[in-house]
This record gives sequence, structure tokens and C-alpha cells, in this order.
Amino acid sequence: MKNFTYLRAGSADEARTAAALAGSMILAGGTTLLDLAKCGVAEPETVVDITHLTGLDRIEVDRTRASIGSLARMSAVADHPAMLDAFPAVTQSLALAASAQIRNMATIGGNLLQRTRCPYFRDAAVFPACNKRSPGSGCTALGGVTRNHAVMGTSDACIATYPGDLAVALVAFDAVVHLGSREIPIDDFFLLPGNHPDREHAMERGEIITSVTIPLSAAARRSTYLKVRDRQSYEFAAASAAVGLELDADGRTVRDVRIALGGVATKPWRARAVEAALIGKVLEPELVRQASLLSMQGAADHGANHYKIDLAPRVITRAVLQLGGLA
Amino acid sequence: MTFINPKAKHGDASDGNLGGRLSRLDGPAKITGGATYAVEHQIEGLVHAVTVQSTIAAGIVTSVDAKAAEASPGVLLVLTPDNIMPLKSATTWAGTPGPEGPFLALPRIVSFNGQHIAAVVAETLEQATAAAALIRVTYEEKEHVYGLDDPRAGDGVPIERMTMSRGDAEKALAEAPVRIEQEYRTPREYNVAIEPHGIIAQWEGDSLTLWEPSQWIDGMARSYAEWFDIPFENVRMISPYIGGGFGSKALSLPHGAVAAIAARMLGKPVKLVVTRPQTFTAYGGRPATRQTLALGATREGKLLSIVQHGVNETSMLGVAVEPLGSVTAIMYAVPNFSSRQNVIPLNTVTPGALRAPGENPSAFGIESAIDELAYEVGIDPLQIRLLNYAEEDPEAKIPWSTRRLREAFAAGAEAFGWSKRSPAPRSMREGNQLIGWGVAAGTYPVRRTPGEALVRILADGTAEVASSSIDMGQGTYTILAQTAAEVLGIPVDRVRVKLGDSALPRAPVAGGSQLANLMTGAVHKAAHAARDELIGLALNHPSSPFLDQQTNTLTIADGVISTPRSEKPNISIADFMRVIGQERVEALRDTLPEDKKNTQDRYNNFTTMMAMKPPTEGGYSLHSWCAHFVEVRVDADFGTVRVSRMVSALDSGRLYNPKLAESQWRGGIIMGIGQALLEEGIVDPRYARVINNNLGDYLVATNADIPDLQVISVGIPDHHASVLGGKAVGELPIVGVAPAIANAVFHATGKRIRDLPITLDKLL
Ligand SMILES: Cc1cc2nc3c(=O)[nH]c(=O)nc-3n(C[C@H](O)[C@H](O)[C@H](O)COP(=O)(O)OP(=O)(O)OC[C@H]3O[C@@H](n4cnc5c(N)ncnc54)[C@H](O)[C@@H]3O)c2cc1C
Ligand code: SF4
Repeated sequence: MKNFTYLRAGSADEARTAAALAGSMILAGGTTLLDLAKCGVAEPETVVDITHLTGLDRIEVDRTRASIGSLARMSAVADHPAMLDAFPAVTQSLALAASAQIRNMATIGGNLLQRTRCPYFRDAAVFPACNKRSPGSGCTALGGVTRNHAVMGTSDACIATYPGDLAVALVAFDAVVHLGSREIPIDDFFLLPGNHPDREHAMERGEIITSVTIPLSAAARRSTYLKVRDRQSYEFAAASAAVGLELDADGRTVRDVRIALGGVATKPWRARAVEAALIGKVLEPELVRQASLLSMQGAADHGANHYKIDLAPRVITRAVLQLGGLA
Repeated sequence: MTFINPKAKHGDASDGNLGGRLSRLDGPAKITGGATYAVEHQIEGLVHAVTVQSTIAAGIVTSVDAKAAEASPGVLLVLTPDNIMPLKSATTWAGTPGPEGPFLALPRIVSFNGQHIAAVVAETLEQATAAAALIRVTYEEKEHVYGLDDPRAGDGVPIERMTMSRGDAEKALAEAPVRIEQEYRTPREYNVAIEPHGIIAQWEGDSLTLWEPSQWIDGMARSYAEWFDIPFENVRMISPYIGGGFGSKALSLPHGAVAAIAARMLGKPVKLVVTRPQTFTAYGGRPATRQTLALGATREGKLLSIVQHGVNETSMLGVAVEPLGSVTAIMYAVPNFSSRQNVIPLNTVTPGALRAPGENPSAFGIESAIDELAYEVGIDPLQIRLLNYAEEDPEAKIPWSTRRLREAFAAGAEAFGWSKRSPAPRSMREGNQLIGWGVAAGTYPVRRTPGEALVRILADGTAEVASSSIDMGQGTYTILAQTAAEVLGIPVDRVRVKLGDSALPRAPVAGGSQLANLMTGAVHKAAHAARDELIGLALNHPSSPFLDQQTNTLTIADGVISTPRSEKPNISIADFMRVIGQERVEALRDTLPEDKKNTQDRYNNFTTMMAMKPPTEGGYSLHSWCAHFVEVRVDADFGTVRVSRMVSALDSGRLYNPKLAESQWRGGIIMGIGQALLEEGIVDPRYARVINNNLGDYLVATNADIPDLQVISVGIPDHHASVLGGKAVGELPIVGVAPAIANAVFHATGKRIRDLPITLDKLL
């Protein structure tokens, strides 16, 4: 960890100006930043503390949408009564993430921007080759231990999994990331690694997340976040699914369904092909099982992570059937 | 003189004396932050050291560029293979001479990835950390061997002393009507104590003071004394509290030597704390193991033969043996048995001890295999264990002192409801959850080494117990206070226990589950001597109120001395001490045999493991026993395994404090659940490096993974095993947990997992 300058931002604009300087980084809850600084991955010259900005921690749910300030704590959102009601998948994705201590510290903005758990990315002193950390240096994960690496959205440059849970739920329900001057639909906010795995999101230097909005929908109200992992708590997903379901008046025909996957892809992964295969159909187990397989079209494994290709569709299937009252 | 305490009832929760369920005496200090751990000591003028570890697994350090580090703010000293002070080689824990040549704490030859090869000392920890990152090392890299599956690993080196044989195992196996043969594996596992390893070292002239968490003050002090070629008495080691060790804090390690060298060179106290990632290679945990087990049996399930061949990994630097035959040899009455073991040297840190070294992976093998045999011959897994019950030690061919395993099976089965089990795999289900019930047994030997203790009765009627033995959470403070209180006849809250300081009377290693038995024995003896002396004074001192009482003994209860038969006279210990004008009555006693009390034998007894008696010495085979009953729920689609219910019945002999023993048992069982389902050091073959070297990625069980754990004591006092009747407690409970879970997983799913941990991908 090297020395840095500490700046406490007095306003959002001040934060943007400071964040625009080369080598500066925003500090919110610090649970990612401090961790990466200790690993020698984050080496900020200046740390811009935004936690004293006022008004950025509001959580509001009105008749059209929820608006969550970027400084709202994970635990505050997870326990918010109106959120619990309108967006079960969102609150569950938070409640099932990290540990109680981290959830009390960590913010929504910071959560979206957490970095991959790829062990080669996190150990800069030992594994110099990592395109995400130092562009063009190569990828140590290729040919290495890949049990937790992605099977969807990978490139020759990087196969690292996006590890977060909340973003998966947000992608399922078409949330929008607000930066103050502009806003970006969340699915566009996260970038595929392509040749530039170091670029993970569509923000420019000097921009900060101010809030996230999520449109209300019947599917969001009837939703769930299913997270599968070896350890019951405090572990990232082996595979997870955020699913929302709206049925026709007959209680059997799918009017709307939203599905996104976590733990298996380089970014939060919307499974649109599965959604399309279910909409307008009468919900029944075999249909859902078959449709879920479409989520892994184009999947590419690296040996040890092959199980994710089998697992992910089963997670979708279970979540859909549970919401439909069939599991 | 017999001890009479009319008020204390054994096992009464209220009495607080031996057998009582007293809470830990050190608990409040720990909960309130009042307990000062080794590296928390505030020492004037302290400076900070940080080590740099190798990033290759095999080769030679050709150069270390330390210029930038040396020029970095606050840096006082950079140590590298170029300038590291060579130390004398130290005697091993076994009492054998150490490796030849000087001991180099920062060696030039790299034999594993993550080996300490340089260190930076600076005014602050941050300065040292920053400067350490500036050190540039160049290597001449050599080929490495990453693990047991490396084609270059070979068959390894046979360890002759592990070879066991009775009957004609191969022949009996070949002729057996039923045979099964399988390979069982356990991965590299780590101790991951919450308190990381660390040390403060300070020199005054030729005397060295060390604040370092230690499971073995005297053994570690000896290493430092020999390294620096100073008298043993010149090393003072202080370790009153230890934040978990599980076997990893019993030996002096290279980072400790680095701190002491830096302290000597700088003439300042130096603190060095190993970072969490560094703990994965600063010392070794349990080595990866692999064993093939062939069982031959009758069609009724009676064992005829067991043939075992095991290997464990070790380092290029030393031979660490994880005895894989330890449980296999004694668990069942099998007339023909053979076991061989090799160790395979590869590029890893030398493995160390981790809760029940040997017994733990040994039980995973045999307790899985016997379960497989049960299904093969179609009988109940509990039944097959009773069918092959060993009435005596089948290997040593001597009687058990006590073996309450049958009682453990009975009590566990009853509490668990085993009789309601449906025999076929995959036959119990609730929705998406496949339910499985499994059973396995475990055992751990009773190890015995003499100890020493001082008991002192003070003028205010309180008492002190002093010993260099240690408490890492297992309850030494508490049970020694209980022992002294019981013998002295005073309330337990009037006893103070001082531990964890080499200036105190000597004690052997807190390992092998021996400490409670041998230290209660030593305290019992010393307390009796002190009490005898006090009563002697009461009977004979001219100012004593008992002088004319025509009695040849007195009782002490609740701190009051009286005659056995009448109420009067009586006098409190404090008043009596005042009356006779005495400051203290004390006794220092050891449990060394008469012919081993000379200076050298004493020294060896406490600073090596030479004097540790095997469990079969003395005509009886001494072991603790346990039976675990487990219910798992396996998600039929996801392969995730959750332990939903568990009952364990354990025979640890007499429990000095059931509350603390149960807590040790539960802790061991929890570690066993983690071992079964989660724990694994993941090695990248290309680098021979453990890549999940942090607590976010090396998964230990969380509270959410642990159901209510019912533990049942089925032990009875075993006076062959120890003076006060206890047997092994701490290492026992982990033994057998992993196979019980693996067996339950088989029952749930029909899939037999023979390599730990049982992760979801293996069950998909
Ligand atoms: C052991 C462990 C387990 C975990 N398990 C999970 C899990 O299971 N699921 C899960 O989802 N997460 C998990 N996490 C990640 C955790 O949720 C994140 O660390 C946390 O949400 C980050 O939030 P923070 O406020 O602390 O971010 P910080 O550390 O403060 O910031 C993170 C990053 O975002 C940037 N940043 C923060 N706020 C803003 C903003 N408003 N605008 C622009 N940039 C910003 C920072 O510069 C930094 O780069 C785990 C973390 C750990 C350490
Ligand atoms: S997978 Fe991505 S993050 Fe991991 S080493 Fe390769 S480039 Fe780096």
C-alpha cells in the first residue's frame, strides 16, 4: 500500500473534479477499495471520500420507480420496507451478498463497481500478466485454475467473472444508472471485456454514480434472487439468477418474465433468449427446463468451470418454477 | 490424607470445582478487549518488520535489488539472503539434531512459492509495507513439483516406521469373498487461526524477550536459544493469550527468527506480523493425502483383511508424516492388516500439524470404506461397525483402558433416531432436497508427557497456580483453577492462574490433546502438597487453634479450616495465615518419574517431545472415541450439501469441565464440517502457488453452515489414562466428521465422493 492524498469532497461537483485527476479514486464504503489497495491492485494517488455528501443515501419508491442514492448502504436497501415489497429480487440479492459487516459499510454505487475475484487479478506481485490490471500484459487465468471463471461473455483477453449480486437483479429489471449529467441503462453500463477488459463500465473519468433507478413492474414485484454456492453464507455465487414473473389472469400463462444470471459471465447477464421462449406460454416444468438451456447458448468453458454451464440453467428453472408456484 | 469437601458435589453445575460447568475465566477479558495478545503489547521504541516472499516455487535468488527500499522513508534495515545473519541449527521437536549447516531464515535457495526471502524494517508498519513492495528479486528458476498429481512427483520415499503388518493381509484379501478397493484423498488444509502469527522480539545484552503466540513456550524458547547460541534461561517467552493455533503455533518459525535477528542488529524491539496471505506459506497446514484401501470381508460383512497404502506430500526441506494408518490399524477387529506409507517431497512449505494430524485423514479413509462395504454386503452402516467391533487393541493386542464406543454408537443412534433410517440411497426426499443419514466413528490417542506446576496459598486466603503451559481458548486457565480449588477447598474465584510465560514452572507442548490431563495432574499434585503443608501447620503451629484438638487431620471447605467431626474450632485460611504470621505456603511439583528428574532429562522433557509416552505404554491401549451421526440435505439440482442435523457421542473419559469440553467438541465438529464441504488450498500447477490465500477464498464454515450440534458425553473416569481420569478432548471431535458427512451424501444421492471437499460440482 503506498501513500496517498486524502480528500473529503464537499459537493458532488467537487468530487467529480477531484475524480477527474489522474490517479484519483472515489472512496465510498471502502470495502472493495481498501481490499484492493492491500493486494497492491489499487494504488491511488488521491482518495476522494464522498461519504460526507448529503442527499445521496436516499431510498425512494413512488408509483413508477424506485430511486436509490449511490451512498445508500447495502443493508439499508435490503431492509427497506417499500423495496422489500416492490423488488424482492433486489433486496434478496443484497441480503445474500457478502457479510453483515460489509453490508453495513458498503454502498450501492460501490457495490456495482466491485472488481472481479479472479485470483490472478488480485495478486499483482506474483502474477504480472493480467489484461484487466495492466492492459496488454496477457491473461494468467488462461491455462490456470478457472473454477470460478466465466463461461459467458468471455474474450481471448479476459475470462473474469463479474462477481456482484445486486447488478444482476438490476439488469433483470432494466435499472438505470444516473451520473448526474447523464444516465445509462444498466445493461449498457457494464461492458464486455473484448480487447479492453480494463474498461468495465461506461463511465468516463470524472463521472460518479449519483443514483440508480428501477422502474416498477409486475414482474419485479413477483421476483426472487436465487444464489447457489458451496458455502451457505459469505460467498460469491457459483451461479445465481434474478427472476421476475408476471402471469396472465389465468395464473398460468407468462405475460412477462425477466431473467438475469450472476456468477457465470463477465458482466451481469440478461438471459433474453430464455425470456422470449417463455413469454406467452403456459408455465410448466419441462418447458421451463428446455427454455433455460438457451441461457448457455454460446457458452465457453475452461475445464474446471464447466459445471457452471450445467448449473446456471437449473438455477433459472428453479427460480421460475418457484415464482410460478410449481417448485 | 484424604480430601473431604462435604459441600462440593461432583458434576454439580453450581459448585464450580472440578467437574463443574464453570464458564471460561478468561472469557470476560477477551470479550471486553482486556486480554492483551502477543503483538498488542506496547513496547517503547518498537519498530516494524515486513517480509517479502518468493514468487517462484523453485530456484535460486540471484540478486535482490533493495536500493529503492533502503531509500524509502523510515526504513532502518533491509534483510536479504546477502546479509541475513546465519543462525545455529536448532534441535527438532522430536529431540533429534536439526538439519546440517547454519539455519538461514532468508535462504538463497527457493524451495516453495511464498518462502520468506527478504524483510524490511521501518519506523512504521506502513513504511515497512511500502518499502517491501519496492524490493526487486531476480531468480534462476528451476523446475518444480506442484502436488501429488504432478507427473514429476513420483512415488516418494517410504517411511519405514509407518509400516504395520499383522497376519497375511494380501493373501486374506485375495481369498476374501467380498472385496472393495478405493482411493481416498484429502487436500491441503490450513489452520487459519483468527489471530495471525506474529512476534515482538527484544534484546537486552544476551537476553531475548519474545512476545509470541505459542502452544509450547518451552519448546519454542529452546529453538531461539539454540539459534542464537545463548543459554535457555536467557530466553523469556510471553504468551498469555493465543487467538487459536490448531497445531500451527507450537514451533518457532523463520519469521520469528527474522524478527529476532532484526532486533539484535538494530538494538531495538521489532514487531513482525505475518499477513493473512503470507500465513498460507509462512508455515504448513495439513498436507494433501492420498490412500488406497482394500477391504476383504465375508458376505456377512465381517472384515478379514485391510490393505492400505498411503502417501502424503511433504516439502523439499523436511519430512512431515501425516500417519494415515493410525485409525485404520485399530478401529476394527481385523486379523489381517498391512499398511505402508510414503511421503512425496514437492515444492511446498513443510506441512505442519492441524487438528488430529493423521487420525483425521486416516478416519476419512477407513470410515468411508467400511460404509462402502456395508452397502456392498447390504447391512446397516451402524451394524457393520458393531459387527467388527474391536474388543481389544487389534494392533498392540492389549486391552483398551476404556473404549466406550459401543455406548457412543448407542447413545448417538438413540438421540439421532437412526432406527428410522430408510436403507436405500436416494430414498429420503423432501421437495428438491435429497436427505441422507450417515455415521462414522473417530478416535484419538491419549498422549502423556510429565508436567510441572506451582501452587501457592497466600496470606489473604487466595491461591495462585503458575505454569508455562498455555490457554489458546481450550480452557486451561479455568480447569487448573477448578483443580486447585477442589484440592485446596477454596472457592474457585479465589484462585488465580498464571500461564504462558517461560519464567513460570515448565510445561510440555499444548498439542496432541495432552495438556489438560497432564497439567491437572501436576496441579493436583502440587495443590495436595500445599494443602498438606497448610494442614501440617494447622496441626502443629504453636499459635494454631487446632493445637489441642486430638486430631490427625483437618478439612478445608469454602476456605475455612476445621476438624472433620465438629463445627468448632474453625478458622478461615486468611485468619490462620495471620495468626501464624506466614506470607505464603507453596509447593512446586512435577510428574516426572523419579529416574528422569536430572537436569538434562527435565530439559528434554519440556523442550522436546522425546518423553511423550505412546498410548500403548503401560499395558493398556489408551484412546478417546466418538461416533458422529449426520443428516445432510443435498439439493437435487444444484449439488449443494447442507448439514441439517448432527448428533455426536464422545468418550473423552472424565470431563473436568463439561461446558468447556463440549465447546471443544463443537469447535472440532465445526472444523470437520468445513473440512468435509469447503476447505481446500487450491494450487496453480504452473506456479505451485496456493491462489486462494485469503479468508474470502479459502472457505471455512460460517455460522450459517452449522446446525444445532448435539454432543453427548459417554465417557467414564479412566485412571489408566490420566491421574484424574480424563482422556483426549480437543483433537478427537474432528475425527470422523468428514466421512460421516461423505457417507450421508452417498445415502442422499447415491454418489460416493472420495476426495474432499464435497463441493457442488462433484455432485452435479
Ligand atoms: C470477502 C468479501 C465477500 C464479498 N461477497 C460479496 C457477495 O457475495 N456479493 C456481492 O455482491 N458483493 C460481495 N462483496 C463485495 C462488496 O459488496 C463490495 O465490496 C461493496 O459493495 C463495495 O461497496 P463500497 O461502498 O465499500 O465500495 P468502495 O470500496 O468504496 O468502492 C468500490 C469502487 O467503486 C468506486 N466508487 C464507489 N462509489 C462510487 C460512486 N458513487 N461513483 C463512482 N465510483 C464509485 C470506488 O472508486 C471503487 O473503485 C464482497 C466483498 C468481500 C471483501
Ligand atoms: S481473467 Fe481477466 S482478470 Fe483474470 S487474469 Fe485474465 S485478464 Fe486478468
